Amino acid sequence: MSMLTEHQQRAYIGGQAAEARVNLELETDGMTLNIGPQHPATHGTLRIITRLDGEQVISAEPVMGYMHRGYEKLTEVRTYPQINTLINRIDWLSSFANEVPFILAAERLMEIEAPPRAQWIRTIFFELSRIANITLFLGEMGVQLGAITAVFYAFRDREHVLNQIEAATGGRFHPNYDRIGGLKEDLPKGWVAETKSVMAKVRDFCDEMETLVGTNEIFETRTRGIGVIPVEVALGYGLSGANIRASGLDWDLRRDSDTPLAWKEVDWKVWTHPDGDSFARYWVRLQETREATLIVDQLLDGLPAGPIMAKVPRIIKVPPGEAWVATENPLGEMGYYLVSKGDLGPFRVKIRTPSFNNISIVPWVLKGVYVPDVITILASLYFILGDIDR
Amino acid sequence: MGLIERGKLPKPLSHLLGLSRSYSLWVYQWGLACCAIEMGACFGSPRYDVMRLGVIPFPVSPRQADLVVVSGTVTDKLAPALRRLYEQMPEPKYVISMGSCANSGGPYWDSYSVTKGVDQIIPVDVYVPGCPPRPEALLEGIVMLQQRIRDEDMAERWKGDPIVVG
Repeated sequence: MSMLTEHQQRAYIGGQAAEARVNLELETDGMTLNIGPQHPATHGTLRIITRLDGEQVISAEPVMGYMHRGYEKLTEVRTYPQINTLINRIDWLSSFANEVPFILAAERLMEIEAPPRAQWIRTIFFELSRIANITLFLGEMGVQLGAITAVFYAFRDREHVLNQIEAATGGRFHPNYDRIGGLKEDLPKGWVAETKSVMAKVRDFCDEMETLVGTNEIFETRTRGIGVIPVEVALGYGLSGANIRASGLDWDLRRDSDTPLAWKEVDWKVWTHPDGDSFARYWVRLQETREATLIVDQLLDGLPAGPIMAKVPRIIKVPPGEAWVATENPLGEMGYYLVSKGDLGPFRVKIRTPSFNNISIVPWVLKGVYVPDVITILASLYFILGDIDR
Repeated sequence: MGLIERGKLPKPLSHLLGLSRSYSLWVYQWGLACCAIEMGACFGSPRYDVMRLGVIPFPVSPRQADLVVVSGTVTDKLAPALRRLYEQMPEPKYVISMGSCANSGGPYWDSYSVTKGVDQIIPVDVYVPGCPPRPEALLEGIVMLQQRIRDEDMAERWKGDPIVVG
């Protein structure tokens, strides 16, 4: 060092310092943040292991299976009426919607069809369970972003719908109302008029949510442009339901599949949004809830008279064969692939649940977002843990 | 507080202590499955409104909680986390097992992945049966637990049998 001039020395020290500074900037150490498996705002357990660089997520890996109850194996040792009770609990917020595709698959194999009145009532309850499900989402999305008020409103107005379901079926949200060939029993007296007034209340709730949450400036800033999923990526990951409609794809199994349910008899609209961000997903679900109330109103007006049960043998044995029936559940496409060998129970049931595919996009969509947005995106994708793990 | 644990507190004082403890229960919501929605309806909805009973349902961590409501299916994969949660809670701590799954496995009694009864992992004070139980049933379970806390002799804790609602 003594051979260097003062100027050279300064340059050397400065260079060292600059190099050190550069190195300091380069040496960022990633941090692993574990989200879950339990969070007081959720109903279910999902764990996400995120690798963070500062505030940004480098990678995210969902760990599933905390709610795995072995449905597909359990269906092999149950009879058909027993399975009906069991599958109520896959997606617990819209239990009736879980029953319908399974019953339809069994009916298709048995070559019986429920009478029109039963089909219409099935459709009404399908939409009621959609409302019961999505009202909770509308509130919960607020909670995840820090607006706790929204969920109290959601629980208040959800009770009205649950009351109607309970009045007809006896269960608050595990109705177990569907039977192979029809329904358990007919609607009680005065149910139709009461349900109509409840639908008006739900529409008021939707308006309230739109003004309270949907048009809130903080809410919009935190959701617009966050977690954008282009439609090609969404299709690649097998997203369905409101998640894919929010990416701009006009695809709804209620309209596009040939189930014998009564959606084709009434006038309604499939809502889409071109943006594909978290706000779009919230907005599409809000519109769908309102649309569902209109569907229920029309179905109640045109409810045909007649029996609610087709002729079905006392002991149900489904003839050998295979059937696949999928319907548009509140969360997306839900389907059952039923393989029967002619016994009291099925030989094998493959259950396609929407949340499982919707959650599989999480590693892709969380890459590069900031930590607070992780919660926004997860809330807007809207999954139910029982529906993921089965 | 050593006197309490040895059961040597004067009677009026222990009565006052029990009364205060029973009306300031901080509940940690361990929501797992369908029952979590009914628990949410019980704790979060204006129709059932659990706060009028002196129950505060929003601790952010089990370390601040006196009571945990295990509502839903506990699987073998989740069981270690549940045990850890219980050990994080400060004494005296209480557990409500809500729903058939947490009580005994419920509809998954023959499943390969479900823990048949949360009482295999942690001690339970109140069993609330039902699949899922109505919010009223959970409220009754909480009221019965408060009664037990009020009359509780700390020295005699865990010698009694658990409560079964209904």
